[in-house]
Amino acid sequence: MNFQIPFVPVQASEFAGDVDRLTFFLVGMTTVFTVLICVMIVVFTVKYRRRSADEVGSSFENSALLEITWTVIPLLIVLFTFGWGLKVFFRLSRPPASAVNYYVSGKQWMWKIQHPTGQREINELHVPLGQPTRLVMNSEDVIHSFFVPAFRVKADVVPGRTTSLWFTPSKTGRYHLFCTEYCGTEHSKMIGTVVVQEPDDYQAWLAGAPAPKSPGGAGELLFAQYACDTCHRAEPGGRGPALSGIFGTEVALAGGGTVIVDDAYLRESILTPTAKIVQGYEPLMPTFQGQLSDEALAQLLTYIKSLSSMRVAAATARLPAPSPVPPNPATSQGIAR
Amino acid sequence: MSSSHATTAPVPSTPSSFLSDGHSLKSWLLTLDHKRIGILYLLGVSFFFLLGGLFAMLVRLELLTPAGDLMLPDTYNRVFTGHGVMMVFFFLIPAIPGSLGNFLIPLMIGTRDVAFPRLNLLSWYLFMAGGILTLFGVINGGVDTGWTFYPPYSSTYTTTNVMIVGIGVFINGFSSILTGVNFMVTIHRMRCPGMTWFRLPLFVWGHYATALIMVLGTPVVAITLVLLILERAFHFGIFDPARGGDPVLFQHLFWFYSHPAVYIMILPSMAVISEIIAAFARKRIFGYHFVAFASIAIAVLGFFVWGHHLYVSGQSVYAGTIFSLLTMLVAIPSAIKVFNWAFTLYQGSIALEMPLFYALGFIGLFAIGGLTGVALATLGFDVHVHDTYFVVGHFHYVMVGGTIMGYLGGLHFWWPKITGRLYNQFWSYVSALLVFVGFNLTFFPQLLLGYMGMPRRYHSYPEEFQVLNVLSTAGASVLAVGFILPLCYFLLSLRRGAPAGDNPWGARGLEWETASPPPTANFAEIPSVTREPYDYYEHAQEQAAAAVRPSSAH
Repeated sequence: MNFQIPFVPVQASEFAGDVDRLTFFLVGMTTVFTVLICVMIVVFTVKYRRRSADEVGSSFENSALLEITWTVIPLLIVLFTFGWGLKVFFRLSRPPASAVNYYVSGKQWMWKIQHPTGQREINELHVPLGQPTRLVMNSEDVIHSFFVPAFRVKADVVPGRTTSLWFTPSKTGRYHLFCTEYCGTEHSKMIGTVVVQEPDDYQAWLAGAPAPKSPGGAGELLFAQYACDTCHRAEPGGRGPALSGIFGTEVALAGGGTVIVDDAYLRESILTPTAKIVQGYEPLMPTFQGQLSDEALAQLLTYIKSLSSMRVAAATARLPAPSPVPPNPATSQGIAR
Repeated sequence: MSSSHATTAPVPSTPSSFLSDGHSLKSWLLTLDHKRIGILYLLGVSFFFLLGGLFAMLVRLELLTPAGDLMLPDTYNRVFTGHGVMMVFFFLIPAIPGSLGNFLIPLMIGTRDVAFPRLNLLSWYLFMAGGILTLFGVINGGVDTGWTFYPPYSSTYTTTNVMIVGIGVFINGFSSILTGVNFMVTIHRMRCPGMTWFRLPLFVWGHYATALIMVLGTPVVAITLVLLILERAFHFGIFDPARGGDPVLFQHLFWFYSHPAVYIMILPSMAVISEIIAAFARKRIFGYHFVAFASIAIAVLGFFVWGHHLYVSGQSVYAGTIFSLLTMLVAIPSAIKVFNWAFTLYQGSIALEMPLFYALGFIGLFAIGGLTGVALATLGFDVHVHDTYFVVGHFHYVMVGGTIMGYLGGLHFWWPKITGRLYNQFWSYVSALLVFVGFNLTFFPQLLLGYMGMPRRYHSYPEEFQVLNVLSTAGASVLAVGFILPLCYFLLSLRRGAPAGDNPWGARGLEWETASPPPTANFAEIPSVTREPYDYYEHAQEQAAAAVRPSSAH
């Protein structure tokens, strides 16, 4: 598409068109109502201008019909707007199962990125065209926000929790990456570039990029370094639960209830181990709060997940709740209705 | 409204006007007269507005060029924070209730003062104390968190004056609460004989709704700021994730007040617009009951929409869904008000005097402000524009296009009543034109910048955003002239203005039945009301009948 609409950033993700169509509707609605109101005001002001000093207005001051009209019509319009916005938002909230995870760490004032194959870069993110891409994001200090206008996606990067966003790049090129949550002195310098490449070019770039260790490999080292394997042994029977195959399953808790083993639970179990103890185990594990950087934590999580690789794909999709509906755009449209 | 002066209250012997009732500094600083306190507020908010405006000009000058070349980043961050803090807490929130609300509510409901005059004076002192402490913090070292104070940046990372400014805003909160309580009790208990709830001018309804938010919402932001201060001073770990806290919790608490606070800013302005439109169309406000209850509906619904500030903060998708739906509903009472105003003009007798220009300008700009608000409430759209200049443009359309238009309109409408003087017509038209043009030139480009992706609170920006930023800065310069002109001709009118007479606009309403400026006791005798407000039509009928049968008059 060569034609560039003024003031609309280039559409470089499959999602961008959805947002722009919604925008055109919103602009249209705003224009229609603003013009309607302005025309009414101007016409009435001219038509009913005061012609003599002691003239007064009429006694037409109530109309149930008119009140109902301008209550019901705007109500229907905003409900329609709500539904459309929700449809677009739901699509954005459901990454496909095939999405490939990249790890993003925000810190004052840079973006550190690690590829699934281990390559690292700073303030640049190379991604192949057409690949559903999911960013798993942590902050090392304050709140940041990851924003790529060309993709129309944004998510806050919050210390103490893991957030994510996803996109499928649909156009090669170099696009702005901005931090949009104010984060201190060099907030406006916490910017970078997302480079969308043809898959072959991306592979060539990967080959040339420094690739020390995959995040999972680094996580395996940490697992040994912190002696996690003393208790979490490969086979059942250790002082802590065995971790292979556990990710994505539902486990029973001491004191009743269950929990799904996902990113959030693993993270909590490392930082606040006594919060939710698996049934049959003692609360023996010390906290690792303050000992592990967010980056190290992400590497550990990647390693633990790799121990149950069969289940990871199914559980990574960030659904609001477990749902039998496969997360593809065609079906998520049904939800807005 | 029609009133008679037959009631029994004795005539207090007073000087001819509240302005001449004592000229010493003490007679002003220790006054219990709601009108004098209104004027003290007027001076206070105008002072903070000028300072906030100065900060705004510095922001716009820095953004004239893509590179951050006028100030250091740390300076810029302090300047935009200073702009936000001064404008929001010390101008937009107290401006209309403090000045016009204090001055007019007792006059409009036919009483001699507010229910608690001493509390009223205390609330002004708290406002000034909070304002000066905050100003000290903002100028002497500054604070660089933005007016939203998000932790953990504000609690752990910044080294600037978060404590001083937090305490300043905290103190000011009590001023707001006291004003709210005072208005509510006054409106409940002090109405003159015959002044039923549905005979109240809509100005009073709007301020009642505002008072409701002030009383119910402000304590929450006060608690939030205390928690932030405790976190900063004693590392409580409420918001700091490293200590088991949650930074997003702060955002929930902060917006639980600060979104309703937006309605503290806009409802009084809407209240002013209703009065102006009725007066210059000489017609009762169309759908009076709907407009009155729309104010209450906005105040109540406003408490259930805070989560629309958190769509991309990691809030759950379902919470976002509910908050989006509830936010959409706020559009309905707003639309009801706008259409009822427009239909008040229908079959009116319209005189396009200065205050009406501001009122009509308000409606047009508020339409854009409100509808961009609907757009921001739309989930899929907000993700893209959240924390960009689109948001900045949107809330300036509501705050400047809404609140300041209402504030200026109100001042132009009631200035003759407050001071007894007329201001210069010509310069007031010039100023209104500059404000309207300058305003749109400043903030419309910001809406476009936001969609193009320019984030807010940026000290430097990519070059493709420059043209629109230059337009915005040019607009801000025009706007500044438009704001300074009224200061000049209002002050000049005090010396040179022609006497206004009691009712220069031929408006109905109790405040126009007393002298201009009003005597300290407001009315020689407490009036008693016999009809609905804005009774232009009935009053004219009566006059005509009296003219036909002169013998039967009185």
